[in-house]
Amino acid sequence: MNPEHPEAREAPTEHPEERERHDGRDVEHGQDPERGKPIGRRIFLGTLGLGALGVVSAPVLQRGLEGFLGEAAQKDPTGLTGLLPNGGGFRYYSVTASVPRKNAGNYRLTVGGLVDRPASYTLADLRALPQTRMVKDVQCVTGWRVPDTPFEGVRLSELLDAAGVRSSAGAVRFTCFDGAYSESLTLKQARRADVLVALRMQDKDISHNHGGPVRLYVAPMYFYKSAKWLSGIEVTEDVEPGYWEKRGYDIDAWVGRSNGRDDEPTT
Amino acid sequence: MNRRLETPPAGAGAGAGAGAGAGSGDGAGVPARVRRFTPAERWIHRTTAALMGVCVVTAACLYLPALAELVGRRALVVTVHQWSGLLLPVPVLAGLVSRAFRADVGRLNRWGPHDRVWLRAARRRTPGPRPAAKFNAGQKVYAAWIAGATLVMLATGLIMWFTHLTPLAWRTSATFVHDWLALTIGIVLAGHIGMALGDPEARRGLRTGLVSKEWADREHPLWRP
Repeated sequence: MNPEHPEAREAPTEHPEERERHDGRDVEHGQDPERGKPIGRRIFLGTLGLGALGVVSAPVLQRGLEGFLGEAAQKDPTGLTGLLPNGGGFRYYSVTASVPRKNAGNYRLTVGGLVDRPASYTLADLRALPQTRMVKDVQCVTGWRVPDTPFEGVRLSELLDAAGVRSSAGAVRFTCFDGAYSESLTLKQARRADVLVALRMQDKDISHNHGGPVRLYVAPMYFYKSAKWLSGIEVTEDVEPGYWEKRGYDIDAWVGRSNGRDDEPTT
Repeated sequence: MNRRLETPPAGAGAGAGAGAGAGSGDGAGVPARVRRFTPAERWIHRTTAALMGVCVVTAACLYLPALAELVGRRALVVTVHQWSGLLLPVPVLAGLVSRAFRADVGRLNRWGPHDRVWLRAARRRTPGPRPAAKFNAGQKVYAAWIAGATLVMLATGLIMWFTHLTPLAWRTSATFVHDWLALTIGIVLAGHIGMALGDPEARRGLRTGLVSKEWADREHPLWRP
């Protein structure tokens, strides 16, 4: 008996005494228990079909689940809903191996490019400027949404006015001290009242993991525009695509009106 | 059933199994062993398990906030995850050159009336033996589902990887399916491993290729090794 040869196994006369012993359980005489309907193949193809169906119906399913899980996350003391996909709460994304930590001692924000008065701000400098607080939803382009998140900081337009933007300027480029990330806005977008150089989030100083001590906050756009670990503001002539925008995301990232998504606007 | 059994050389084991089969197995003194898997099949399982393990660990590092913050290096972890995922179906595809493996894939595919009996008994948690051939109905469901799920993960993963091939809306949808299916696979895989942990003789079958005759008769009474 060689198990490598299925024919040997399938021969019903191989072990007549054993066949007797197991008879009466389920198998009729002479029927090989390993012959039958190809149900395995149907399950396999069914799983593939469900996967394809899932991709097609994802936009609808996702909205329903997000609504439900977002609510649940607000009332979930265990934090377990945070482990579910799009289960509410923020997700940590860093594009680099590690990000240096900055604090009040070594943090600097430079403002330069096409301006009359380039400047460098410490954390204390930024805190001394007038602060604006706003509470809006945060929407990530990958699907998750965090409702009613307070952000507080200095209006970007204030820093731009202080630097004196030249007439040839048309855009603003942002760089980050993780050494890789960048973002851009048109000058008109950058001057909006709901674009902040944020120092606080959820009524706490922004933690390192959330992009602290200082991050950009672009309320009306998908959250990848709100660059973490902000270290440089450079006024330029034209918009230069940022990190994710070079990788296929929209530059004008209005929530609900870009990236092929139709989320509810955040402003 | 957990008697320590000496592992005889493969050839002798198969022979002893056949010989002891006639002598009613138990009480014969010599523990009878029967061949369940060939070396090729064991290596297919081992390499698939290793690749799946790498996929799961790297996925956890990308997905769980605590691990993502600890590990960082998103680009490196993503690369390892992508390649282990891409290679995941390779052992099974390469294994198709093995006749024994093809025969077992055939056994996993085909369902007889006894498989429904097995499923019904498992669903109702009826105690006592459940009819099964070389693979029971639970193993058949698992094998077919995990094969399909792996390919869905591969397809959605490729959509997320090669971003320029498809519109962005597809990528968001693929991410959604990839995330939820990953969670499902994690749970099912934990069940698969948990059941293996509870059955040392089944594990021995995948480690040495041989199982005791007694185990085979009890767990897979319709199997003719």
